[in-house]
Amino acid sequence: MGEFAIGQPVTRFEDPRLLRGGGRYVDDLAIPGMLFGQVLRSPHAHAKIKSIDISRAKAAPGVAAVLVNEDWATSGFGDLPRAEGKKKRDGSPMYRPHFPALAKDKVRYVGDPVAFVVAETVEQAQDAAELIDVDYEILPCVTSVALGSEPGAPLVWDDCENNICFVHLEGNKEKTEEAFAKADHIIKKRFVITRVTAATMETRGSIGHYDKAADRYTIYTTLQRALNFREELAETLNIPESRLRVVAGDIGGSFGMKSGVFNEVGLVLLGSKVTGRPVKWVCTRSESFIADAHGRDNVSDAEMALDKNGMFMGLRVRNLVNMGAYTQPGTDAGAFSNLGTLAGVYLTPAIHVDVTAVYTNTNIMRPFRGNGRPEAAFVIERLVDLAADELGIDPAEIRRRNMIPPEKMPFQTGLSFNLDCGEFEQVLDQSLEMVDYKGFEARRAEARKRGKLRGIGMSYTIEKAAAPGYEGAEVRFDRTGSVTVLTGAVTQGQGHETVFKQIVSDTLGIHPDEIHYLQGDTDQVFFGEGTGGSRTAALGGSAVTVATGKVVDKAKKIAAHMMGVDEVDFAEGVFTARETNRTLSMKEVARAAMSPKNIPQGMELGLNATAAYHTTKQNYPNGCHIVELEIDEDTGQVEMDRYVVVDDVGTVLNPLLLKGQIIGGISQGVGQMLMEHIRFDPQDGQNLTGSFMDYAMPHAEIFPHIDIKSHSVPTKTNILGVKGAGEAGCVGALPAVANALVDALSHLGVKHVEMPATPERVWRIMQEAKAGRA
Amino acid sequence: MHNFNYHRAADVADASGKLTSLEDPKILAGGMTLLPTLKNRLAAPSDLIDLAAIADLKGVSVEGDEVVVRAMTPHAVVAASAEVQKALPALAQLAGNIGDPAVRHRGTIGGSVANSDPAADYPAGCVGLDATIVTNKRKIAADDFFLGLFETALEEGEVITSVRFKIPTRAHYMKFRHPASGYAVVGVMVAQYGSKARVAVTGAGPCVFRLSEMEAALEKSFAPSSIANIKVSAEQLMGDIHCSAEYRAHLITVYARRAVEAMV
Ligand SMILES: Cc1cc2nc3c(=O)[nH]c(=O)nc-3n(C[C@H](O)[C@H](O)[C@H](O)COP(=O)(O)OP(=O)(O)OC[C@H]3O[C@@H](n4cnc5c(N)ncnc54)[C@H](O)[C@@H]3O)c2cc1C
Repeated sequence: MGEFAIGQPVTRFEDPRLLRGGGRYVDDLAIPGMLFGQVLRSPHAHAKIKSIDISRAKAAPGVAAVLVNEDWATSGFGDLPRAEGKKKRDGSPMYRPHFPALAKDKVRYVGDPVAFVVAETVEQAQDAAELIDVDYEILPCVTSVALGSEPGAPLVWDDCENNICFVHLEGNKEKTEEAFAKADHIIKKRFVITRVTAATMETRGSIGHYDKAADRYTIYTTLQRALNFREELAETLNIPESRLRVVAGDIGGSFGMKSGVFNEVGLVLLGSKVTGRPVKWVCTRSESFIADAHGRDNVSDAEMALDKNGMFMGLRVRNLVNMGAYTQPGTDAGAFSNLGTLAGVYLTPAIHVDVTAVYTNTNIMRPFRGNGRPEAAFVIERLVDLAADELGIDPAEIRRRNMIPPEKMPFQTGLSFNLDCGEFEQVLDQSLEMVDYKGFEARRAEARKRGKLRGIGMSYTIEKAAAPGYEGAEVRFDRTGSVTVLTGAVTQGQGHETVFKQIVSDTLGIHPDEIHYLQGDTDQVFFGEGTGGSRTAALGGSAVTVATGKVVDKAKKIAAHMMGVDEVDFAEGVFTARETNRTLSMKEVARAAMSPKNIPQGMELGLNATAAYHTTKQNYPNGCHIVELEIDEDTGQVEMDRYVVVDDVGTVLNPLLLKGQIIGGISQGVGQMLMEHIRFDPQDGQNLTGSFMDYAMPHAEIFPHIDIKSHSVPTKTNILGVKGAGEAGCVGALPAVANALVDALSHLGVKHVEMPATPERVWRIMQEAKAGRA
Repeated sequence: MHNFNYHRAADVADASGKLTSLEDPKILAGGMTLLPTLKNRLAAPSDLIDLAAIADLKGVSVEGDEVVVRAMTPHAVVAASAEVQKALPALAQLAGNIGDPAVRHRGTIGGSVANSDPAADYPAGCVGLDATIVTNKRKIAADDFFLGLFETALEEGEVITSVRFKIPTRAHYMKFRHPASGYAVVGVMVAQYGSKARVAVTGAGPCVFRLSEMEAALEKSFAPSSIANIKVSAEQLMGDIHCSAEYRAHLITVYARRAVEAMV
């Protein structure tokens, strides 16, 4: 409706509340009688627990309970959710270790929970945790994924051979080998995708509350998918889902990280069960670096086969992917579920990918914005640039030659993606124009005079969004005609409230001020999955649309009945009786619907509707990023100067929020390419980047203006025509920045720059290149 | 954080008295360094003596050929002071590039100097600008004040009351910011006092130090080319996961040259 209609740049309804400190995050909640928990974590990457003495801690002031593995084992609770379904190379099932909330006999990464202290105050819990005496026997450890699968590497799990968790194969091996046999050119490169952490503004936290009288558990926690979370957690607790309530308040960022059922969730519930009081645990910032799940961390050996005209004939990729020390559903998905991005927007007929997932003595992994997409995009888009360089073809031209043209849609790529639509060449051309591609060499020459090495880099990436799944929505009219809308989605900052209110307002003609959005409480939301994988606009948005459609259908019948006509028209919130001047507003109909005298016979009272929307096909957002940057020749410092994006995310529901998503994604991609990096000491496995004094995050000041345009090609895979937008920015940024860096240094013969391209790394590359040339 | 007793000192004498009489006391200035240390349980002083209420310890002034910054003056005040900007712009600029806005509004010169963090900016300002560190007991030349890693000439019960910077003919400070913390990976203060030159380096060694070879070269001819080829040995320098000693050594020459370029 009007200024709030779908497609309008509506400012976020949640912002006034959140920006004024009105958010309700886990740490804002207090329940009478609440105790506080502190986790004692392993200081070693790999060690045997010879003994634990908790007697001093138990006697410390204010302590209500001190829990160790034995308490977990005897509580009736089972393993935390475990990954399943994959196989090893010989066809045997994947290695799935047990996953108790507190380590049994051995610790397997720095930060592995060993004991949980519950006390009257946080400080007392901290003091007591320091009084636990653990006798460790330190064992050799392995943190690097490349070393982890080498014969003779220390074993994270004694009975897991070579630390191999599972193997995943995709594509057509024979066809790919044929393509390579016939190729005129083969480009080969090893790419290392570093480990990063989500560093969410709100750290993780949980309050566990066991109500003994009702024999029911409630967990207030940080998550992405409340209903899925309930299903998994109920299994761990060995209780029917109906005896568990999961509540998420506001969530301050997740990016995939908070999507798991972490150890502390089990611990606050056990703590509550043992003490009979609610127990809160909130991660400190320092703790988060060693306690959170990390993202990415893999090594790709990639090869591309080309003919003499620069047409891609085949692609062969072998990945080693770090799983950390334990696996959960979803922790492994980054290894295989988004490999389709490797095929890119290209016609490449033959592709084969071979993935080995490897356990190491490191934090568990979770999806991190893109979840395999940025990694794959990096590999293909770097390979394309390497190929362009080798064959002496302009990077834009080699992409153009190989792009899938719109008339070939739908197109089955050499991997899993079956593309429904996309106008890649148009998007490319628009981006080239926005950045003034033709004028670049003049800008490079001008920069050179200032002692700066200027480079330009592009990426054209495609990803899958909204993997087949479902989402629920409910529209409830109050007696006075205002509305509550509920979905299974859980916003972590994306702005679901704004977009859902837009849809309700647009389809029902209700002012957003009269719409309340409710999410994240499994006792209130009847159906759905949650938020993740760039799915909510497509699935949640469609579910809301279906629900409001049902409301309109019913309301039309009531309005016709009230006005004594056969049919009415509905537009902008107003029902009009045909061929009369009588009208009724949606609100009037909603109020009237509460009284039996106003509705046709046999109809149910009220104007409520639910929808359970599902899709069978994912969608394929895609786009072009072009970045120009300058390298300080003396110091290796990198400064971005131009950044343009043309994105096809289908129908745009709110261009303001879309830009926010793209910019946020870009900043995380740039962060990884230039500075963010979780590093472990290779000897003792300590996290060397355990605070913001050592883990560098990109600040706003390093970014130039980011110029974003949309080229919308609506998809038919959902009723709104939207494609996912949450991860696209991050996917495109990594390779675009990398390509620009290499371009800036190409005159020195540089072919690749590893991430993160810190000033010293870039400086060394220049030194070595110059020494090599001299 | 462990428990401690909190005291609000009425004046410097009160603070000094408490420092010598209490069990394991610490001065609290802006708390930007001290409080994170306490929160991470890396220190557990029995008493904190807060200097915040002592009006005498705040503010900046130009007195003769000196810029005087009292100990409890936050970096943001030094950066924004019209007097400092006029008399000693290099100092205002140095203060304005410390950390982030929150740190600049809380962190104080006294805390910075007393802490002698190897990556802090003020030590380069003090030594490069021939400053005197004034305490409740004596005056200490900056050259004699910074002794090593987090080590200064301060004695028990000694409270820094002000820092007096000598106004140079001209000066410039160049800093290579640490991408994570904003601290100096390398910071170089170059100052010219008539025919004399001072080059002070922070961030690279265990504490601030002077480069006499560069000073001598600049005293001969104050030009970028005089020092552009003076290499600094990496041997005594610090290396960490972000920047090796070799890279820091390289940066010192680049930043010293750039500082001189900015001055001439
Ligand atoms: C995120 C972050 C980024 C930073 N970036 C930079 C940077 O880029 N450059 C930089 O130079 N600094 C930086 N700092 C340090 C900051 O600028 C302060 O200078 C520093 O924290 C100390 O000042 P303070 O007033 O906070 O002292 P406090 O933390 O209160 O005290 C520090 C120490 O000095 C002692 N002390 C304080 N005042 C006196 C006094 N008058 N006499 C004797 N002893 C005293 C205290 O007892 C304590 O031991 C950063 C700090 C943070 C947290």
